Amino acid sequence: MSNKTELVRASLAKRYAREKRFRFWGLASIVLSLAFLAILLTTIFMQGLPAFTQTYMKLEVDLSAEALGVDANAPQDKLRAASYETVVMNALTTRFPGVTERKQKIALKKLVSSSAAYDLQAMVMADPKLIGTKQTVWVMADDDIDTYFKGNIDRNQPEADRRIKDFQLTWLDDLEAKGEVERRFNVTFFTSGDSREPEQAGILSALMGSFYTMLVTLLLSFPIGVAAAIYLEEFAPKNNPFVDFIEVNINNLAAVPSIVFGLLGLAVFIQFFGVPRSTALVGGLVLTLMTLPTIIIASRAALKAVPPSIRQAAYGMGASRVQTVFHHTLPLAMPGILTGTIIGMAQALGETAPLLMIGMVAFIVDIPQGITDPAAILPVQIYLWSDSPERAFTEKTSAAIIVLLFFLVIMNLLAVLLRKRFERRW
Amino acid sequence: MNTSIILLLLLVLAAFSYFFGRKRALAVSNGNRGVNKLHSLPGYYGNLVVVWCLLPSLIALMLWSFFSPTFISQNVISSLPAEIQNADPTKVNLFMNRVESMAKAGAIDPTTDPAQQEAARRYMELQANSNLIKAVLVFAIAGLGMFWAFRKIAPNYRARNQVEKVIVGIMIFCASIAIVTTLGIILSVLFESLRFFQTIPLTEFLFGTHWSPQTAIRTDQVGGSGSFGAIPLFAGTLLISVIALAIAVPVGLMSAIYLSEYASKRVRAWVKPGLEILAGIPTVVYGFFAALTVAPFIRTIGESIGLTVASESALAAGLVMGVMIIPFMSSLSDDVINAVPQAMRDGSYGMGATRSETIKQVILPAALPGIVGAFLLAASRAIGETMIVVMAAGLSANLTANPLEAVTTVTVQIVTLLTGDQEFDSPKTLAAFALGLTLFVLTLILNIFALRIVRKYREQYE
Repeated sequence: MSNKTELVRASLAKRYAREKRFRFWGLASIVLSLAFLAILLTTIFMQGLPAFTQTYMKLEVDLSAEALGVDANAPQDKLRAASYETVVMNALTTRFPGVTERKQKIALKKLVSSSAAYDLQAMVMADPKLIGTKQTVWVMADDDIDTYFKGNIDRNQPEADRRIKDFQLTWLDDLEAKGEVERRFNVTFFTSGDSREPEQAGILSALMGSFYTMLVTLLLSFPIGVAAAIYLEEFAPKNNPFVDFIEVNINNLAAVPSIVFGLLGLAVFIQFFGVPRSTALVGGLVLTLMTLPTIIIASRAALKAVPPSIRQAAYGMGASRVQTVFHHTLPLAMPGILTGTIIGMAQALGETAPLLMIGMVAFIVDIPQGITDPAAILPVQIYLWSDSPERAFTEKTSAAIIVLLFFLVIMNLLAVLLRKRFERRW
Repeated sequence: MNTSIILLLLLVLAAFSYFFGRKRALAVSNGNRGVNKLHSLPGYYGNLVVVWCLLPSLIALMLWSFFSPTFISQNVISSLPAEIQNADPTKVNLFMNRVESMAKAGAIDPTTDPAQQEAARRYMELQANSNLIKAVLVFAIAGLGMFWAFRKIAPNYRARNQVEKVIVGIMIFCASIAIVTTLGIILSVLFESLRFFQTIPLTEFLFGTHWSPQTAIRTDQVGGSGSFGAIPLFAGTLLISVIALAIAVPVGLMSAIYLSEYASKRVRAWVKPGLEILAGIPTVVYGFFAALTVAPFIRTIGESIGLTVASESALAAGLVMGVMIIPFMSSLSDDVINAVPQAMRDGSYGMGATRSETIKQVILPAALPGIVGAFLLAASRAIGETMIVVMAAGLSANLTANPLEAVTTVTVQIVTLLTGDQEFDSPKTLAAFALGLTLFVLTLILNIFALRIVRKYREQYE
């Protein structure tokens, strides 16, 4: 008897130690997951935030008629075709006189973005009277220069490994000392489409593409999903093989890899039905099929939560089943249904793989104007930029991720708010 | 008249039908015995007319829009000169593609072959006719439907029942879309795969150890050379999934145990949403992180202890994928652990067991089927995950078990085969569908199995 008690007592220290260890591992795994989340977000933000600013350079341009090759009275098309690049180059050579070597000349030209000439073009075309005057303009610096000023090029590296050579550094130091470079908010990033030049690349076309795709997805998946959920929850006969088959299918579709939906979209929508490739329409169709299970499952849960007494009261007043559902059950279940829909849409917004299959990986510069224009979407834009070799695209990628995460956070907050505001315990 | 204008006009017509139907119902009843003798509310008579106006005409519109392009191009092909018609089908297709693109642009390029110009002209003419017939047909059907429903309105006509039948019918249709989708997936991957297996034997695909689809497009002699052996892909998928699960399962399970058994309410209220954030991050973000931060990090560490690490190592992709699956695993396990009745815990504590002993010897065995189900679902996720491996794993099909080398996976190959320049019907693109079929079947089996286990377990304690 006392023998057993002794045994237990002797083992206690060991058992408590084991208990502590077990508890520690549990805590450790949570800390590990959250630490990873923190590292992920910090890295992305550290990399991406600089992309919201852009280095601008001050240029004294001489818009003389000789350099441009046109005078103030020239017609529009002549103005358009005038040699603005010469003006930019002249401005740069006046700023840094004495550059004769060919290699250095090329480097000099590459100080500013190729968009500088377009800026001048737009300026002159808006006001031809500027021809013959001297103007001070701020133009975008090239992406390498921008990267340097953001501190991402180490000047202590050996010259051969550096994108910016020593003679360029002396120019940049001079510019910086005289206050002729400035970092401003990067408007271009939000107002233009994709570009091969990192400093001119923006996310507007991808944002619009995502918007149209989400619009198609929402307009299709919400009514279809809710109708399906109402049928399954309120009307479907129990123990009916057809209904069971539908349920099995919905549960399986929720777990099918997303890329398989892309194959479906390619084979059925594009090849069989002839929906145009790369458009928001076909993207929306594929994402609809993907989000449907999420919306159906969430809507069914919301409908199920409405107590039977509501329905019985409606029946008691002589309402038909359809009237009961549409006048009483559905409005009460709506907050839950909307929450599920928002979460489904948030998933769809971040989805990439199936859209690669249906040709939404094209290089899209133009802003899509409707659901049948070729479009890129935000996650695909992220994928495309992450593949680009230029250093400057890394920060653009992170910045695009920040924008994407921003929208996801907003959507999820909306879902949480909806749940908090309208949640009802019966 | 194009489709969107037709749709718009139909909607206007529908608004009118509602108005007239309702008015008619009121008129019929007033002349007779008063509104309360109507079988249904007046609005239902309006809706009935709308249904009869819209439903048949929309179906007609859809059918016509779907079939007319085929009819038109058949017609154009049959009017082509005989030598073009009798050329081989790919040439006819190419010819018709040019004709269609010209007809769509609405401008005939005078520099092209005269036969093509002629065909394009004919195509445009037929298309104009078809559009006209479509509009006339659709509006005729809508008008007839309206008239038919309008005539039927009478005080004792059961309009509500009719409208409700249509509503339930529409709901059944929406619910069946799930079946249609599954069917669409199966058929689309199956047909293309069957065509693939006509050129490449199934055994070779499943058991071949050499994968290099790129060389296959050039000549037809490839069939027997064994470049479509998918074993390296399966091995690569397996390797990355095993790494991912080796991280996600213990971490996810321990997190779930800690959250449901140890954590206070306040900790739980903060940590659970934190894990959910991890689940809400798009996979493309994980992929970017894996390729840009984790892979170089692992490489540096590996090189500092004298190992050669590929820049696209399986370890990096697997690691990040594991983190992605953690919240999935933990929330599923959390559910099953919480479903274990409190009485079992209390019984164990009453016998003097510590918490960890209760967990290990009572709760986990009771929750085991659910945890196995969660594990299977996590595995199916890992196998089907695409973006992380596309961005962080390699393209070369190495048959290796070394996590520091680059491997490729099924999903990566599907993406690489189907993006970029595509020609349908080449074994290269068809191979993607065969891989898709394999992926679908594999995940389907895992899912069905997992769902069955989870469901069976749930019934036990309810």
